[in-house]
Amino acid sequence: MSGLRAEPADLTRLAGHELAGLLASGEVSSVEATQAHLDRIAAVDGELHAFLHVNAGALDAARAIDERRAAGEQLHELAGAPIAIKDVLCTIGMPSTSGSRILEGWVPPYDATVVARVKAAGLVALGKTNMDEFAMGSSTEHSAYGPTRNPWDPERIPGGSGGGSAAAVAAFEAPFALGSDTGGSIRQPAAVTGTVGVKPTYGGVSRYGAIALASSLDQVGPVTRTVLDSALIHDVIGGHDPHDSTSLDREWPSFAAAAREGAASGSLQGVRVGIVKELDAEGTADDVQARFRETVDVLTAAGAEVVEVSCPSFAYSVAAYYLILPAEASSNLARFDSVRFGLRVEGPGQTVEDVMAATREAGFGAEVKRRIILGTYALSAGYYDAYYGSAQKVRTLIQRDFDAAFEQADLLISPAAPTTAFKLGEKLDDPLAMYVNDITTIPANLAGIPGMGLPMGLGDDGMPVGLQLLAPMFEDERLYRAGAAIEALLADRWGGILTTKAPALTEATR
Amino acid sequence: MKDRLMDFDEALERFEPVMGFEVHVELGTRTKMFSAAPNPAHPDFHDAEPNTLVDPLSLGLPGSLPVVNEQAVRYSIALGLALNCEIATSSRFARKNYFYPDTPKNYQISQYDEPIAFEGSVEVELADGRRVTIPIERAHMEEDAGKLTHVGGATGRIQGAEYSLVDYNRAGVPLVEIVTKPIFGGERSAPEIAKAYVATIRDIVLSLGISEARMERGNLRCDANVSLRPRGQEALGTRTETKNVNSMRSVERAVRYEIQRQAAILAAGGTIVQETRHWHEDTGTTSPGRPKSDADDYRYFPEPDLLPVAPSRELVEELRAQLPEQPVARRRRLKAEWGFADLEFQDVVNGDMLHLVEATVGAGAAPQAARKWWTGEIARVANERGVEASTLVEPAHVAELQRLIDEGTLTDRLARQALEGVMAGEGSPSEVAAARGLQVVTDESALVAAVDEALAAQPDVLQKIRDGKVQAAGAVIGAVMKAMRGQADAARVRAIVLDRAQA
Amino acid sequence: MSEITREEVQHLAGLARIALTDDEVTSLTTELSAIVDAIATVREIAGDDVPATSHPVPLTNVLRADVVGDTLAHEQTFAGAPSHDGERFRVSAILGEEQ
Repeated sequence: MSGLRAEPADLTRLAGHELAGLLASGEVSSVEATQAHLDRIAAVDGELHAFLHVNAGALDAARAIDERRAAGEQLHELAGAPIAIKDVLCTIGMPSTSGSRILEGWVPPYDATVVARVKAAGLVALGKTNMDEFAMGSSTEHSAYGPTRNPWDPERIPGGSGGGSAAAVAAFEAPFALGSDTGGSIRQPAAVTGTVGVKPTYGGVSRYGAIALASSLDQVGPVTRTVLDSALIHDVIGGHDPHDSTSLDREWPSFAAAAREGAASGSLQGVRVGIVKELDAEGTADDVQARFRETVDVLTAAGAEVVEVSCPSFAYSVAAYYLILPAEASSNLARFDSVRFGLRVEGPGQTVEDVMAATREAGFGAEVKRRIILGTYALSAGYYDAYYGSAQKVRTLIQRDFDAAFEQADLLISPAAPTTAFKLGEKLDDPLAMYVNDITTIPANLAGIPGMGLPMGLGDDGMPVGLQLLAPMFEDERLYRAGAAIEALLADRWGGILTTKAPALTEATR
Repeated sequence: MKDRLMDFDEALERFEPVMGFEVHVELGTRTKMFSAAPNPAHPDFHDAEPNTLVDPLSLGLPGSLPVVNEQAVRYSIALGLALNCEIATSSRFARKNYFYPDTPKNYQISQYDEPIAFEGSVEVELADGRRVTIPIERAHMEEDAGKLTHVGGATGRIQGAEYSLVDYNRAGVPLVEIVTKPIFGGERSAPEIAKAYVATIRDIVLSLGISEARMERGNLRCDANVSLRPRGQEALGTRTETKNVNSMRSVERAVRYEIQRQAAILAAGGTIVQETRHWHEDTGTTSPGRPKSDADDYRYFPEPDLLPVAPSRELVEELRAQLPEQPVARRRRLKAEWGFADLEFQDVVNGDMLHLVEATVGAGAAPQAARKWWTGEIARVANERGVEASTLVEPAHVAELQRLIDEGTLTDRLARQALEGVMAGEGSPSEVAAARGLQVVTDESALVAAVDEALAAQPDVLQKIRDGKVQAAGAVIGAVMKAMRGQADAARVRAIVLDRAQA
Repeated sequence: MSEITREEVQHLAGLARIALTDDEVTSLTTELSAIVDAIATVREIAGDDVPATSHPVPLTNVLRADVVGDTLAHEQTFAGAPSHDGERFRVSAILGEEQ
């Protein structure tokens, strides 16, 4: 957006890369940009509750960047831009609770690798965003600190588990955010808030300092309003980290360059796009289905070759996921025992065993307890082979299905979620119904492949509908190239990216 | 409650003992098994204050992740090879899940169905020269837990304590757990075999240079499984697992005790409870601990934060080529090199002092001198105090003691006094000698004066010497030594006595 | 329906060290049975010939050189501790024995 001379009041409406451009040219200071977003948070977050904690040191950090820039230092292209950080990530100086009462007030002595990297690039942390407790959920209603609301309609959920990051970005409280995706926690909130989110290839981004839910499924990724912005953040946080054994030691191309090329071309000429039959089935709402068909038409018109592929094992993905995740989580969450950090609940004369059990009873919410018990069951003697062992085999089958599908297609597409955002409380009493909702996003985590959620229009209720793109392992670049092209094609039809259509929120008087 | 014990010989007549061992070896790498925090089992970090050798992983902080220590893997493979094991082409870590306050993640990263080494054997030699082969089931890598201190209550033990304090310095120390298969046919030598086995593991570990292997420091820990079956019975009896056996001597005693205790129960028609038992060094008994139950459902599963370790065959062969000689071969070589008589050598082996004598010789002492110190004065004190000789004094100090004698700085008697000081923690032999003023009187005129005085005091003895009864000089020498408070060279005094008597 | 009993839920809660209330045991017994029925379908296609996948990206020998790194200062170590004496973490009396 060259030539734009933004007034401070407009700064929050800019895409991240646009704001970064103004910062780099010196037209806007980091203090102004940060203050604008802090003002926006103060104005709207009372209603949305996207943030659990606002960084009191944000303006100091912004000032430091401004001083370095004034001193002529060569800074990263995103330096000075604000970013929101999901509460699952460890941050020095800011509480990191993973949305749980059991970690209330816990301030880690170290930064997650991704946090250290965004800080090193000069981004300014605005605060920590709300999430389902320990990232268990698809609605952010399972946060111990109360739900986050969807900026498009505060009666509705913002998706989950990363509802806070998605809502913050959708409500212009932050241009960039970090999320984590174990079974769709970045892509599904993106879908229901009209934003963009990417789950990188497993191992593409370090998990060090991300409070683990399911170690073999978790990936940290970007949450933004545009594809290019996600790519820019991915470039910052990605790459090998020796602190994470599962981190991939390989050279990655510039995702920002891929996004810029994709947007510039606006073409999908020669790209083979596969529609997974099994993800295009009953359970998907009619309006979501309709937007998906329209999007397929847009892709075809842009030169994509659309084919149908079959992934028969996907039918078992939800079952496998709800064995592997609880099993790993039951073990990962064992460390919350009241001894070294976090909550302690104790009574007179109690043994440490009693204290641990009472603490975990009081400190964990219902969904967390449910999954810990389920995971304990899945791993216990006599059941391991039938449950956990079988689920690991389903993973192999799902990987094989993807391998076969990617023989026929360069990218796979599906709706990112079967419906638009539901109302708060609507599915809270039926955990199974909530679980089944994740079918579109789960296979990518089981197989380790990268995926992106991005807007593809509005549903009959005026709420955002999301598209999911999936690429083969290590081919995250394809998501950005194609995603940016699709975004540009749709923006042309709509006269701007989807979030510009979001209803204005009432700004509270401060 | 005091256990009823059956006479050992009678127990052996009626029952066959079957043993099994789990030996944990702390590896002396610089850093921990899965993180770069300093390893307290490395000499540089022995005396660290509590909770100073910790990083996020040692405390199990949320978000922390493990990364495998390459040196620990090399050490583990070397140990596996020294135990004549197969080395896995692919080996995996697994989580063992249980809650305990010394376990920071409430799971231990260990190995389950894919250990680094398996199917081996160790040859051990008994005092009478018999050799026994101990079958090894597996050796796997894992991490140690922290340390608890129980406060309040009478005993400092866990029972009756008011609260406990936790130090996580040891959490994450690299361990190799060596598990034997059931050991049959030990018969009345079973207790001796037990001791010889653990001593052999210790010798192997020391010769590989992968651990200091000091039992009293917990570098080497042994759990002993013992069961009995009536003569003629095929099926194995119920076993107990005795923990906390922290010296070679205790290993032997604990096995013997369990044989006698179980035999008494079985003979009286009772049944053995499958349980953990604790060894008490002070009373020489075991007491019941935790019964095995379904609480032992450890829910093992592959550690998702770590990848398989697949040692290349090149690495395995490289490590195999560097293996030191086997303990039995080593013993034979040392015996020949040192020129010890059979009985002398047996004394050293039985006293579990081979490595101590070797280290002392390595520090410069003559083999016979080194042997005499260890099997003589030091063994006597160790026996008196009921501790291991190795805990009393460092081999280097013994060598220094001998050097002081050889140089004529100390007499044997003064050296024993210096040793006493060293064992009391007063410093090195030279430091003790200086601090206590221990030194041979070399002032010739002082000696002559003392001799003249003693001769004058005993004119009858003087006459006898002059009459050619040289052995009578002993009385005068004794008086002179007493007058010099032992700080004189007796041989020199004798020469002076004879010389002055003729004057 | 899968046979998950109250006793089983209580046993699992013991393994997981959570002091569930009676009401929670009741609701979890019902929910768990339904969930287990749904997830037990994984057995339908997990044949003996299918290898298990525990890591999405198959890597091996990810090792670290034996070089000492940063440690935490006591101030950091105990900052979040519910109870400590300045040198060690403090816990109430321990009932069970070490493993």
